[in-house]
Amino acid sequence: MNKEIETVRGKDRYKAGVMQYKKMGYWEPDYTPKDTDIIALFRVTPQDGVDPIEASAAVAGESSTATWTVVWTDRLTAAEKYRAKCYRVDPVPNAPGQYFAYIAYDLDLFENGSIANLSASIIGNVFGFKPLKALRLEDMRLPVAYVKTFQGPATGIVVERERLDKFGRPLLGATVKPKLGLSGRNYGRVVYEALKGGLDFTKDDENINSQPFMHWRERYLYCMEAVNKAQAASGEVKGTYLNVTAATMEDMYERAEFAKQLGSVIVMIDLVIGYTAIQSMAKWARRNDMILHLHRAGHSTYTRQKAHGVSFRVIAKWMRLAGVDHIHAGTVVGKLEGDPLTTRGYYDICREGFNPAQLEHGVFFDQDWASLNKMMPVASGGIHAGQMHQLLDLLGDDVVLQFGGGTIGHPMGIQAGATANRVALEAMVLARNEGRDIVQEGPDILVEAAQNCTPLKAALEVWKDVSFNYESTDTPDFVATPSVSA
Amino acid sequence: MRITQGCFSFLPDLTDAQIGKQIQYCLDQGWAVNIEFTDDPHPRNTFWEMWGLPMFDLADSAAVMLELGQCRRTYGERYIRLSAFDSSHGWESVKISFIVNRPKQEPGFRLERQEADSRNIRYTTSAYVADRPEGERYGG
Repeated sequence: MNKEIETVRGKDRYKAGVMQYKKMGYWEPDYTPKDTDIIALFRVTPQDGVDPIEASAAVAGESSTATWTVVWTDRLTAAEKYRAKCYRVDPVPNAPGQYFAYIAYDLDLFENGSIANLSASIIGNVFGFKPLKALRLEDMRLPVAYVKTFQGPATGIVVERERLDKFGRPLLGATVKPKLGLSGRNYGRVVYEALKGGLDFTKDDENINSQPFMHWRERYLYCMEAVNKAQAASGEVKGTYLNVTAATMEDMYERAEFAKQLGSVIVMIDLVIGYTAIQSMAKWARRNDMILHLHRAGHSTYTRQKAHGVSFRVIAKWMRLAGVDHIHAGTVVGKLEGDPLTTRGYYDICREGFNPAQLEHGVFFDQDWASLNKMMPVASGGIHAGQMHQLLDLLGDDVVLQFGGGTIGHPMGIQAGATANRVALEAMVLARNEGRDIVQEGPDILVEAAQNCTPLKAALEVWKDVSFNYESTDTPDFVATPSVSA
Repeated sequence: MRITQGCFSFLPDLTDAQIGKQIQYCLDQGWAVNIEFTDDPHPRNTFWEMWGLPMFDLADSAAVMLELGQCRRTYGERYIRLSAFDSSHGWESVKISFIVNRPKQEPGFRLERQEADSRNIRYTTSAYVADRPEGERYGG
């Protein structure tokens, strides 16, 4: 697009009154971002008649130093350094009226190691700005200099595997169902059956906290009886994500301490507790040798719509900085939103040491994670044993596959459901390592494995026709060769 | 009972042909394969005894199978596992681990509960065989 520099400099820049953002230094098309700059990519939808450059400059302004009018107090500061600089605006391919705005922020605008500060700057005010119809934060480039100020995942994928002594295959989990109403004793029964049957983990659901039907202490005590009994029955390390989400930090610490005292290897939190609480729990988890599971409760309220909100890839980046070990990142084939390539982008953000820019995955920037620990993505929601070949092919080894209904809804019972999933998984990994084409031969491999495993046979029969084929709402917009702005 | 540690314990015991293919997969990834054995199957017994060093720079699984055969002749009454190490930066740990030999009888584990304050219970898992000295646990 237009590359004309319109910045007013010198004395005229500070004349009292209102001036267009693009003239105030928030549109600098010849600016080359520094290696230490934080870069944000916004999808900007200006109101009708608003110049896209001016709208994008306004986003830069309102997310950094600007207010609606010129202020002389800017002249007491190194204002040019602190101004966020929009340096590129491209029309979004196949989306009339929408523009990708690239904005660079100087590192000094941010507090070390604080997602609260980062997000208050980047998404604090600007999303309600009137000249915009809609605004979406699509991606961010976090410089190594900033990444290094964060703790990162408390445990990380490698150490999690070492602690659990589980290598070479995805981990298996299940969310206890029904999610509401079970007493502690009944709840522990489900945990025991699922773990003994072959799962590695069971999980509290996001809204299992401490309700009239089950106080949190009851749940923890019965769950740990179940974990220990299953561990002795199998000779394997087992875990159950005890949800410590509560009304206050004090309550959460109390719950986490009790989980630790009972010997749990993992606790969980919900995204809705907020970024600061998440970072506090990540530090607690690091201090207490605890794996920290994050359920992304609530994220779809702002991640799902393409025109407005924050992309989940940004949330995933923030959570890796914040320091959680597990994060729900989509299944592709299950019941919840998930375009395959977009989901692939999320998984890469969780698990790789370096993400190259890949527009078809929705990843706009190279991202160096500077040896920050890796997060284990969790695939949960509407998946079952019959999809094992697709899951392994799409999601790889470092993932927790969570079969809630797909375990507990098994016609022969919970243990049988768990065994079916474990046998299907091991058979598929074995076959893949032997060089078989699991995408093509997957259904046959499952049928072969079921010959030695009645529960798997039953699972394949009961869920054979279940799939969730709906259009995704959140897909990348790109052209194979990105258009260079004119 | 059947101890289900490792990658493939829910499948029927692997044949040597199947084990050979898994080893070849590991070698093709550039991982070093290690043979370890133990007669202490506790889930948190991390350090099984090493049968020699991890085998670096191999191209062919036959050499590992030869070593495994010798290990089985000596320790056939114990658990033997294969694990493979990936030295790539960012991993530098075990990449896969699976049991390739197990005792004929697996008596399993005792779960002891020590009743503590309030309703707290301290759990201790111990293998029934662990009461006997190392080397005398599975008649080997």
